[in-house]
Amino acid sequence: VCFIPGGLDCSISFISHVLGKVCVHGRQKEILSVLVPRLTDLTKSDCIWQRMCWRLVECVPDRWMEAVVLGFVQMTPRADVLSRLLGNLVVKNKKAQFVVTQKMLLLQYGHTTAVLQNLLGYLSLDGQRRPLLVKVLQELLETWGSSSAVKHSPPEQQQYISKAILMCLSHLKEAEIESCRQELLTSMMEGVKCHLDSSLPQTRRLGMIVAESISSKINTEGPVLKFQYEDDDEARELKSLLVQTPSSCVVSSLPDDDRNEKAEAELPLVLEGNKKSHTAAPVAPDEESDAELDSDDDLIPYDMSEDKELQAKAPVYIRDCIEVLTGSEDLDKWEATVKALESLVRKNPAATREVSVELAKILLHLEEKTCIEGFVELRQRAQVAVLTTDPLPVAKYLTSQFYSLNYSLRQRMDILDVLVLAAQELSYPKSHGKIKRSDDPKPCIQLLSGSDSSKDWRRIVDERIKSKTRRFATGQSQMELASGPNEFNSIAGHFFFPLIQHFDRPLTTFDLLGEDHFVLGRLVHTLAVLMYLAVNTVAAAAMGKALLEFVWALRFHTDAYVRQGLLSSISSVLLSVPTERLLEDMTEELLETQSWLGDVVEKDPDGDCRRMALQNLLLMENLKKKLQTVPS
Amino acid sequence: MALPPPDPQFVLRGTSAAVHALRFSCGGQEPDVPVLFSGSENGLIHVWNLKTRRVDTALDGHGGRSVYCVETMGGKTTLLSQGRDQRICLWDLAEGRTSVTSCVSTESVGFCRCSLFTVARGRWLMAMAAKAPEEVQVLELPSKTSVCTLKPDVGAKLGMPMCLKLWQHNSGSQPLLLAGYEDGSVVLWNLSMGKALSQLVCHQEPVMSLDFDSENAKGISGSSEKVLSIWSLNEQQNLQVYNTHRLVNAGIADVTIRPDKKILATAGWDHRIRIFRWKKLKPLAVLDYHTATVQCVSFSDHRNPGERLLAAGSKDHRISIWSLYTQT
Repeated sequence: VCFIPGGLDCSISFISHVLGKVCVHGRQKEILSVLVPRLTDLTKSDCIWQRMCWRLVECVPDRWMEAVVLGFVQMTPRADVLSRLLGNLVVKNKKAQFVVTQKMLLLQYGHTTAVLQNLLGYLSLDGQRRPLLVKVLQELLETWGSSSAVKHSPPEQQQYISKAILMCLSHLKEAEIESCRQELLTSMMEGVKCHLDSSLPQTRRLGMIVAESISSKINTEGPVLKFQYEDDDEARELKSLLVQTPSSCVVSSLPDDDRNEKAEAELPLVLEGNKKSHTAAPVAPDEESDAELDSDDDLIPYDMSEDKELQAKAPVYIRDCIEVLTGSEDLDKWEATVKALESLVRKNPAATREVSVELAKILLHLEEKTCIEGFVELRQRAQVAVLTTDPLPVAKYLTSQFYSLNYSLRQRMDILDVLVLAAQELSYPKSHGKIKRSDDPKPCIQLLSGSDSSKDWRRIVDERIKSKTRRFATGQSQMELASGPNEFNSIAGHFFFPLIQHFDRPLTTFDLLGEDHFVLGRLVHTLAVLMYLAVNTVAAAAMGKALLEFVWALRFHTDAYVRQGLLSSISSVLLSVPTERLLEDMTEELLETQSWLGDVVEKDPDGDCRRMALQNLLLMENLKKKLQTVPS
Repeated sequence: MALPPPDPQFVLRGTSAAVHALRFSCGGQEPDVPVLFSGSENGLIHVWNLKTRRVDTALDGHGGRSVYCVETMGGKTTLLSQGRDQRICLWDLAEGRTSVTSCVSTESVGFCRCSLFTVARGRWLMAMAAKAPEEVQVLELPSKTSVCTLKPDVGAKLGMPMCLKLWQHNSGSQPLLLAGYEDGSVVLWNLSMGKALSQLVCHQEPVMSLDFDSENAKGISGSSEKVLSIWSLNEQQNLQVYNTHRLVNAGIADVTIRPDKKILATAGWDHRIRIFRWKKLKPLAVLDYHTATVQCVSFSDHRNPGERLLAAGSKDHRISIWSLYTQT
């Protein structure tokens, strides 16, 4: 398409119509890939062409405006090009303004970072458009800070909005920040609260990064908000958005020139000859004559290899350990006891059984007196050792304490972790010889992160599904692993049922269904694992039924982490309970669960939940098929 | 291939309390019996006969309060003992007597061992911690007149004096005092003027014990940390750090240099006695006999070098006697 230059009065509206029609039919790429580069070149220095371009876009009828604007924003390489091509369209045209400020930012979230940069850069480049930038930022912050958005919107959208906020912040000038500083501060505080409340680590991290950025912008001097989070590529990419890189060729003067100078200037390396002479000993002993030394050479040193650092000895008896842990003021001994406790417990099962509940109580309340490395792990291992040595009374004690008053959330979660680890140990076939700690095939639930365990379990479930289907197709081609009696058999119920009993009874300091939904999430995951480990036990069927009812009661919980736990519980039930029992005893629950799973697959905002629900549905299908083909 | 560390020559048992102070008196001629004095936590001073290796007498002069310093005053007929009952007692032990001849009241509640120095026959100077927290008082004995009181500058913040040593350059010159303080510094005092000549910060923790070799103008101090510090005195009477030695375990209760200036011994909180060569502080031996902290070490003053002994008293109520490096 060629335009004839010269003082001709052409009517561009026809072209606009064509452009609009083509774009609305979805052919933005084709036409704009030719048009945009041409126009870029032509408008570089020629004002007339610029005005013609603006006219072109302005004349597009409203019903096609959205497609055209979208196309332009996506196809232009840089923000300043976009500025040249569109001019102040967003100010003049209501539809364009809506598309740019609302639709692309808040309603859609599929655009790339480059497109976002274009958009926001475009808004920042002209004085008339800048108020729109501020407005956009405020709206973005409102969305970012609303707790319902944080809970219900998909993580991809949250990331998109966070990126947009960071870019807006990078474009704003000092004066503008000053004017809306108060609002920035309030929205930041609200937003941070919602984000940190979430159980998913990605959301928390996003919140932290954005809050840090906002705080660094509004408090240029003085202490700045600083969080501790994992600084990986994603975080660095986000933070890099906060700084604007200078664009190479600029037509209109950029007001942000000064801020564009990144601190890239290399610090001048100051190399000093740091070789100072040995001034530590001002009196140089070298001057002593060697002759004097020789006369003393007849003093032959003795063997000093035994001279090592003193270490306190740990007690050898369990009851001594109890004494040291409860009363002793001798911190060296206390440390040595904590380190040696686990092995002592395992070596003396009979002695441990006599004092198991007391030991469990002491360990549950044990606080770090001195700074030992790995104290938390040592304590946990000792607790697991006590629990496996004397499961029944200790499990009773621990599960009752889980629902008691005056424990911290950390302690309650510790109880859950210990129960799971002990269950794992008990259910692992001992015929393999000593329990191999080094190559633990089943992953331990990690102490601190929550959602990682669901990924691991998903992997296990996947493998289990695969193994089941494969065996079904090819018969008994794999050698069965050596199996032993599942020691967890007699105790599974004692671990499981007390935990599931009181979840709906709030205490003054502990409300599972209310604020402490993080603990609820952990509880659900724990129940899933216990169910999974109870495969081939007598209590599995009863546990499965109780667990399905539990899941049904909580299925609409707002916390994504809890829902993930519920879905993994369903997987565990499907895998552990023998299929015949499933269909006989729990048909109704299964049907209800199946319909809920279908719902989750379609409507749940969290990607992980949807995937797990799909897997569960597949599992159910497989089980049905398996039952159908096995001759009754 | 180095030899394993030697065993003690013999071990004295019978104090039934932690041993805090030791002093030999073996310089006498035959038929004088070599004797070891030991001060214990139960307030008794035992006089050990080193030939029979038994207790000859037990002196009870401090009312059951711990005796933490024992010094001989010219042979074994006169003894000085310092106890936690805030008294310094002078004993007359000649001809089998066991009586306290005089007493000095210290009024100090610290643990600083006093230092005794023979000025002339029958006259001594004694430095001890004074009543005021940072002060050191020097008395003349037996007249008990105060020679001077050494007060550190206001704001010096040295803390309590922890250990003292009176010495003189060569006979005829004025005696000087080296004092180790709670803040880890060692100060050299001039007694006649009552002023500090030099101060050196040797340690980060309190100086537990120090000893000085006046011939070589070098001294060593041990602290509650893991470092032994050796410092020297130059012609301008200034203290300078000479060397440091890092130990395996923290805490030194006592340090002493053998009279022939060849070796030194340290008593450690880690139950071990360490022997070093004094010249270059080369470690020679680690004696691991005791089962509790070693509180004091002392070298004997035998005329015959081959008979020289090292005694170490510990909290486990035992005194171990060692014979080391006696050939030179």
